[in-house]
Amino acid sequence: MSQKVLDALTAKFPHAVERTASTHKDEVAWIKRDNLVEVAKWLRDDPAMAFDSPVFVTAVDWLDYNPIGAPPSARWDESKPRFTVCIQLRSLVHRHRIRLEVNLPEADARCPSLAELWPAFNWQERETFDMFGIRFDGHPDLRRIYLYEEFVGYPLRKDYPKEKRQPLVRRDDLPINPIKVEHKP
Amino acid sequence: MGVELTTTRLEDAAKWAKQSLVEKGSNWGRKFSLFTYPFVTACCGMEFMSVAGPKYDLARFGAEFPRFSPRQSDLLMVVGTITEKQGPAVKRVFDQMAEPKWVIAFGVCASTGGFYQNYHTMPGVDQVIPVDVYIPGCPPRPEQVLDGIIMLMDRIQSGRGHSQLRLKRDQLIATASSEE
Repeated sequence: MSQKVLDALTAKFPHAVERTASTHKDEVAWIKRDNLVEVAKWLRDDPAMAFDSPVFVTAVDWLDYNPIGAPPSARWDESKPRFTVCIQLRSLVHRHRIRLEVNLPEADARCPSLAELWPAFNWQERETFDMFGIRFDGHPDLRRIYLYEEFVGYPLRKDYPKEKRQPLVRRDDLPINPIKVEHKP
Repeated sequence: MGVELTTTRLEDAAKWAKQSLVEKGSNWGRKFSLFTYPFVTACCGMEFMSVAGPKYDLARFGAEFPRFSPRQSDLLMVVGTITEKQGPAVKRVFDQMAEPKWVIAFGVCASTGGFYQNYHTMPGVDQVIPVDVYIPGCPPRPEQVLDGIIMLMDRIQSGRGHSQLRLKRDQLIATASSEE
């Protein structure tokens, strides 16, 4: 649908684009983390691109990714990056769209913030930080947005125990956390 | 319904005779004038509206008048999912209500957390406040809610509500300590 955007992007930043794909009329470009801001700035300001509508920012946790029937190369292991930050953009002028994906290693889950370019990404990046614990460098106000400040950990990470509760109040005659939580080794 | 003057079971009769006449009368008045505070957070609210509407007509049981201030109400209906973040708010609303007060957990989310077995949902509102009657269902049928109201009314009449029992216990402790 908008293959020409991918072609222009690859021609303009051959060093920044790791690879591109186009599935189900969705164009995806994997961008190196260090070049994300300049790529995004060009996508917003270039008149032929004019991505004026930010759609979403979210992340994917690939920990233990092992779908049924997948080849062994598709499975997640320690050598692969654990997180992927997805940034969906749309142009209302030219009616095309693109998704930027940035792979992040587990030890250094930091991503440059795009909240300065599109202010609508401010809260979306806060939500991604709240749920996945990805630090957005340069974000003006990186705090939790949904959960309370006392919350420890990041609940949408795959290694967060699903039965774990972090209560704010309890009745006086109840134990604090009656559900036994078994952590994965 | 109403005051049961005859009963077939001996222990029921003994319990009935033990209650004083004033308590019987005040409990009879309380059970037919429940002022509800609907704490509606989720989709069960639609079913609560159906119960309160004219077709099922909660007014037949004297509980038709929702007060939107906890200080004027004596029945807290927790209708819908309660999250951990909402816990302090529920507890504060409950603490503001005047004694005696009763709580109904409306729907399976308010009773046990329902199918939300995850980081943000409280596993039942009874983790924070004492609940008198649990109404299961996702959401419960209006008939189930009316059944729960009738169960609560029986409970109020026999003085077995949580706040009533707490009041009695406090009185017993007070008399025992004054005798010493």
